[in-house]
Amino acid sequence: MITTSAVVLQQVTKRFQQVIAVDTLDLDIRDGEFFSLLGPSGCGKTTTLRMIAGFEFPTTGSIYLGGEHVERIPAHQRNVNTVFQSYALFPHMTVAENVAFGLEMKKVSKTDIKNRVGEALRMVQLGDYGHRRPKQLSGGQQQRVALARALVNRPKVLLLDEPLGALDLKLRKEMQIELKRLQQEVGITFIYVTHDQEEALTMSDRIAVMSSGKLLQVGSPTEIYERPNCRFVADFIGEANFVTGTMIDGASTHCAVDVGNGIILKGLHQEPIANGTAVTIAVRPEKLRLSVSPPDGSSYYPATVEQVVYIGSDTRLTVTLVGGITLDVWEQNSRSTLDRDAYWQRGEQGYVSWNPDNALVLVK
Amino acid sequence: MTTLAPDELPIAQRNAARRRLQLLLAPGLGWLVVFFVIPLIIVLLYSFAAPGPTGQVIWTFSFDNYVTLFGKDLYFNAYTRSLVIGLQTTVLCLLIGYPLALHVVLADPKWRTVLLFLVLIPFWTNFLVRTYAWMLILSNNGIINGLLELLGFAKQLLYPSEGAVLVGLVYGNLPFMVLPLYASLSRFDFTLLEAGSDLGGNGWWRFWHIMFPLTLPGIVAGSVLVFIPTVGQFVVSDLLGGAKVDMLGNLLQRLFTRSNPPNWPLGSALALVFMFFLTFIVILYFRNTTEDER
Repeated sequence: MITTSAVVLQQVTKRFQQVIAVDTLDLDIRDGEFFSLLGPSGCGKTTTLRMIAGFEFPTTGSIYLGGEHVERIPAHQRNVNTVFQSYALFPHMTVAENVAFGLEMKKVSKTDIKNRVGEALRMVQLGDYGHRRPKQLSGGQQQRVALARALVNRPKVLLLDEPLGALDLKLRKEMQIELKRLQQEVGITFIYVTHDQEEALTMSDRIAVMSSGKLLQVGSPTEIYERPNCRFVADFIGEANFVTGTMIDGASTHCAVDVGNGIILKGLHQEPIANGTAVTIAVRPEKLRLSVSPPDGSSYYPATVEQVVYIGSDTRLTVTLVGGITLDVWEQNSRSTLDRDAYWQRGEQGYVSWNPDNALVLVK
Repeated sequence: MTTLAPDELPIAQRNAARRRLQLLLAPGLGWLVVFFVIPLIIVLLYSFAAPGPTGQVIWTFSFDNYVTLFGKDLYFNAYTRSLVIGLQTTVLCLLIGYPLALHVVLADPKWRTVLLFLVLIPFWTNFLVRTYAWMLILSNNGIINGLLELLGFAKQLLYPSEGAVLVGLVYGNLPFMVLPLYASLSRFDFTLLEAGSDLGGNGWWRFWHIMFPLTLPGIVAGSVLVFIPTVGQFVVSDLLGGAKVDMLGNLLQRLFTRSNPPNWPLGSALALVFMFFLTFIVILYFRNTTEDER
């Protein structure tokens, strides 16, 4: 498949007085993909989006839109549109006038504007709301007007700045699916800023995780979740157990890490790591198994059940290994757990084990 | 503890509440009746009366005063001049005040209060004193002419003149324009300008189609607050205009106190026409703005 780049950022840095908001960022966003910028607040994701939109100019570095240099071109001359976190609908205009604004700027003919505005409003299921004022609509409806107002211009790239942040959880879930459907329907590149990892995982083709102005990892949702390249990413996306130790055998496919008290843990490393290096093993709680008798084949470690939390779909156990290492183990309740006596109780002994492919050895 | 809305209270209690409300309103209402409604009726009656040879009021009923007002050039000119100066002052205040208010709103929050305070400080000095200060600044030996002379230009007659009146009026009324504009602009969501830019609108367009309509309530409020007192102004036009720039206020003042004999009936008629004119403008304002724009 031939892919072209919709947006390219090269060595982009943005400084506000003394503060570095974005630090030598390189990104290559492909045509037609749903791309998320994910990170905690203050990580530089919104600044990055604003530089692509043209509201901020980078201090140094280049931005390309469809192959053209744009880093010094103001927002109103760029073929991108933004859906703002606060929606930023014009309160003195009707919904239809809001949606028509961009087309009027482009001097599209009156009849074309009318048709395209109607089409855009129908696309977001607000066909009959053209004459209302934004204030007369609910938050979710305003959100969709903002979406229609941006999409009606058929931009090369649509930028979305935490657009679902103000909605309640149920509506947010609906809108996530709706957004993904819309994006596939119109085939426009979406760049989506969020601090909500679940949202990013649900919608994105690829995710860029940022922290303190720096890009940490870019990859598909599964890559980001299953193969985080550093402790921050493993911690920020989903839940993970972290055990620190020293690398003692970095040569084999499954390396061995000494975590103290005579416990050697096995894991997977993505790059060669020298023996003696301080490392962290990250393993997701759902990858761990707790069994009554030692399992065959893989390595196992005797453990004591400290806590049992039943949450319906899963049972979340906390176990400790010899020497006080605490691990979370999530067991899916594929069988009925009504017969509680047959299940784990606090203080019981068992054996915890995992496939070393799912335990990642991280240096950073 | 829950509080009940008035219409949820039992009837006896509601009546008591109403009586209490009436009692609380009484002083204010009394004040308005004694010092506004009754004097207004007196002025209305005067306007149909005739002046006596020594300035007393002769009770008749005629429209003579109104015929004089609309018939004589003197009054017509004063009306037009007041109107023109009022409009000029309002427009100049707006042109100076809008960028000023915008600057204050966009300033660093810790400076905002200080800047707003600076706008208000001139109020601490008596208005008359500040007007006299302008006489000194604009006079033949004032700072401006001194500077002109120093630079080798000829001295200019800056005062007394209509221009000097305008300067004094703009200076004196600027805060009344800046404050409502500040209120309007501080409620303005500047993200809307980004949205306008994002949708392809250039700076000029963004101002006229987004910022201007959304701050219009402040513009109208400021304009009314500047226009109305300006039209009735007489001190500034007297002092800086050298008693040559007759505005409505000057005529009123003259008819009531200075002319020999005073002509209260004609003055009353003039005051009423003036009042109806201004009321008309305020009604226009309320007609053209909706509840939440104000």
